[in-house]
Amino acid sequence: MSTVKKFAAPIVLLFVFAGLAIWLPDAAARSASVTWGYFKEMALIMPPVFILMGLLEVWVPKDKIQKWLGSGSGLKGAGIALALGTLPTGPLYVAFPMTATLIRKGASFFNMTIFLGAWAALKIPQLMVETKFLGISFTLVRFSLTLMALLLIGFVMEKVLRRYPDKAWIESGEKQAVLERLAQNTK
Amino acid sequence: MTAVIMIYALLGVGLVASLLKSRARTAKAFKVAGKALLKSAPSLLTVLGIVGLTLGILTPETITRLVGAEAGFTATIIASVIGAITLIPSLVAFPLAGSLLRSGATVMTISAFVTTLVMVGVVTAPMEVKELGKRFALLRNALSLIAALVIAGIMGVLL
Repeated sequence: MSTVKKFAAPIVLLFVFAGLAIWLPDAAARSASVTWGYFKEMALIMPPVFILMGLLEVWVPKDKIQKWLGSGSGLKGAGIALALGTLPTGPLYVAFPMTATLIRKGASFFNMTIFLGAWAALKIPQLMVETKFLGISFTLVRFSLTLMALLLIGFVMEKVLRRYPDKAWIESGEKQAVLERLAQNTK
Repeated sequence: MTAVIMIYALLGVGLVASLLKSRARTAKAFKVAGKALLKSAPSLLTVLGIVGLTLGILTPETITRLVGAEAGFTATIIASVIGAITLIPSLVAFPLAGSLLRSGATVMTISAFVTTLVMVGVVTAPMEVKELGKRFALLRNALSLIAALVIAGIMGVLL
């Protein structure tokens, strides 16, 4: 039952695809080929990303991440988050599990908003494509405005999520504590 | 492709270092990774399906028709809605934005499209919610949408 529930959304999508195949076969064929293309990309990218996150979980101590990216990391923390985000490292969905791991390890919401935002909007290879097709002034203005916006959004998210933390974080925080105790024992 | 090479290079270096230090801990890292991957699988598949559907239905031609049909404010709103919902690879999105700009769309419309496209992710939301929680995902996307519209407004005036 719980397995069915977990996969409810993909199953619904399957029906949408089936409906589309009947009513709009052209769109269905295009959708299927796009989905297949993305599936191949994900199958190639997601396993190594998750293993990297596993290594990070096991090897990098919490106080290090807290020092580099935590609430007290200041300008340096924001700089690290920005630099990490702009590296050419693939699509945004790769960044979500990374962000989750980093938050569990003590990174601040402010820095993680900048990280995600830079990943999505300020990636170096993407900026090069943008410059080519929309011009250098468009790209530069959008870059600076987006960076300013990210700082503001990060500030608001830090304030709001500190005051009203998500229940999921408290639970995973406890799980993290348990994992860490286990890691101590295996040493 | 660079991204794939980079990720695998990182993985190679990390794995060698980890194996040299402790095999037990490396095995644990794999266990943590496997569990996390299984937990994320349903939302990954969902995102995959939705991305495929939106891109299959909203082809560059359809987007051009929708955005190009109306000039001015309506076009900007349509562009930002399309940008917020879809996840279009930048190698497709920027040429499309460029051709829209040349065929008469305003800078405000194009920047609304580009900024919402990169900052707001409705199709990736199931995964964002799964990994980072409802509150985080909702807040980030809502604030990003507002920011994108403001940025589009400013760019329309500036450029």
